[in-house]
Amino acid sequence: MARFAIRRIGSMILVLFAVSVLTFLIFNVIPNGDPAVRMAGKQPTATQVEAIREEWGFNEPIYTQYAKTMENLFSGNMISYFNQLNVVEEIWKGVPRTFALAFGAAIIWMAFAMALGLWSAMKAGGKSDTLLNVFALIGISMPVFWLGALMNQYLGFELTQVLGFELFPNGGYVEFSNSPFEWFHHMLLPWFALSILFIGFYSRVLRANILETMDEDYVRTARAKGLSERRVLIHHVLRNSMISVVTLWGLDFAVVIGGGAILTETVFNLQGVGQYAADAIGQLDQPPIMAVTMFGAFFVVFFNAVIDIVYAALDPRIRLEAGDTAT
Amino acid sequence: MSETADRPVSDLDAFSDAPAVTVGGSGGASPWRLAARRLRKRPGALAMGIVFLVLVAVMLAAPLYARHVADTTPYENHLSDQIEVGGETVNVVGFDGVPIGPTWRGKFLLGADSNGRDVAVRLLYGGRNSLLIGLSAALITTVLGLTTGLLAGYFRGWTDSVLSRIMDVLWAFPVILLGIALGTSLSLGGLKAGPVEVSGGSLAIPIFVIAVIYVPYLARPIRGEVLSLREKEFVEAARAQGMGPIRLIHSEILPNVISTGLVFFPLLVANAILLEAALSFLGAGVQPPEPSWGTMIDEGVERIVTAPALAIVPGAMIVLTVLSLNVFGEAVRDALDPRAKVRIEH
Repeated sequence: MARFAIRRIGSMILVLFAVSVLTFLIFNVIPNGDPAVRMAGKQPTATQVEAIREEWGFNEPIYTQYAKTMENLFSGNMISYFNQLNVVEEIWKGVPRTFALAFGAAIIWMAFAMALGLWSAMKAGGKSDTLLNVFALIGISMPVFWLGALMNQYLGFELTQVLGFELFPNGGYVEFSNSPFEWFHHMLLPWFALSILFIGFYSRVLRANILETMDEDYVRTARAKGLSERRVLIHHVLRNSMISVVTLWGLDFAVVIGGGAILTETVFNLQGVGQYAADAIGQLDQPPIMAVTMFGAFFVVFFNAVIDIVYAALDPRIRLEAGDTAT
Repeated sequence: MSETADRPVSDLDAFSDAPAVTVGGSGGASPWRLAARRLRKRPGALAMGIVFLVLVAVMLAAPLYARHVADTTPYENHLSDQIEVGGETVNVVGFDGVPIGPTWRGKFLLGADSNGRDVAVRLLYGGRNSLLIGLSAALITTVLGLTTGLLAGYFRGWTDSVLSRIMDVLWAFPVILLGIALGTSLSLGGLKAGPVEVSGGSLAIPIFVIAVIYVPYLARPIRGEVLSLREKEFVEAARAQGMGPIRLIHSEILPNVISTGLVFFPLLVANAILLEAALSFLGAGVQPPEPSWGTMIDEGVERIVTAPALAIVPGAMIVLTVLSLNVFGEAVRDALDPRAKVRIEH
């Protein structure tokens, strides 16, 4: 186990290094033109550009540039040249909001996917199964920002006008410490907007898994023992059908935190990490985009390694399989 | 066809209406014909495939509509113009800044946007851009993904190590973040690689960005298939006959993995269209004034209170397009390779 963990951490460090190199290349080397000018934002003065060139080492050899870029990113001193604010501090402000969005949505999409997947599998081939399938397909075909904007407008804004009270607030974020109820109230629409796509996808994966598991011998045995259909479905079939879905859940959760929430945050004005990056795009403010890209990818790589190690600890087959192919 | 509507498809079904073909004998139908036959059993999916083709044809006709019906261009402002609607003269954009709604006439069929531009014309041109980006990006991804997977899987060793590590790194980034990073840095400076020079506002940038991001999603499964194919007897036989690696890959291995490429293609187009819309919405994709469905939603959301159609219509077009591709793509997958696990993030 320790050997597996060490090897997995070793490969994680290699990928992290490669991710940092690629981020550096994307922002400083691949595009045409002077990186200092791009870094400086919309209307830079000549002295500003010169100062940036000095600070990021753009006149020096490429490895020095890389080293300086990493130093700027990880020293916590990086500032935005657009509004002179500290980038890392701004990101930390958004972290609790992004986590709140991702956690709530992950719980909602899993709960709904389990219920709908089970229902679909039990009624496989029937009318309700077909109908759920159609809804799922529409769900995975919708741009999340479009769905979010419409929900915000019609359920958040217009419905309030019609009802005379706020069933759903029209965007914005309330600190949990200020009012747990208002926090929850404000998160409802964003949670559901973000969940729709995942509910569509997960319920169908789960349905397929359940149908596959139902053919297993041990399910037949359980039925033959005289267990109730309900008990067979929940304890024998569903539990085993969940294995691959739970792995997926962990990976998707990491991706949502690492950047997937950016569209939902922006539409509902939650001021999370993603929206910070999205606002920076509009202002052509490169340092925040660079930092969010780097930290987002780092989070995903790190979280994936943790999942792999936890799985290997739980299931010895994984570390044996990985024995000669792990990279 | 109608009597077979929406029956669950099994392998037996695939043979049932084909008395001319002997099953299990030496003269069986090719896998391609079997797949085509299975696909024909899904009229709903085929109809969605046709919906997509119709959408492509309609978008291609954008210049015809603009010139002969709406009499304008996607960029032309009509801020101070007035038009006749039902005998009344109306401002295209009112004094309060609210643009005219749908007129259901040739001019401003779907109304105007806040710059007084014809929404129907922009919708068609925007759709042309969105489809162009989706199709070209998916095509490039397919070529790059097949090449990478074939090379890595066939040659193994250091070729595989290098290519697979590059795929791992691209894979590590959340799709949308990598898109934003590449999209913003390239649209700020453009791209200059040797003789090729691309300006920041060019559509080639979102095409290139989306194509590169999705390569690992195809290259990884292809590599896995090639790794097992290269150990098969028919490959060994070809090698023993003195076939060189390039010819061997081309004539023995490629035909066996091309179905995976086909399974991915419609779903890649669907996801590329969604990713383009997301990037354009954030300002890291298609750059204004060039229209795309994503930029139109972005502009529309700002006006959603007074002119909700500006945001609703382009989004509905995306849903229709992507839905048709998803339904059709899934039927293609079931017909060619029902066990294929296709997962593409957007």
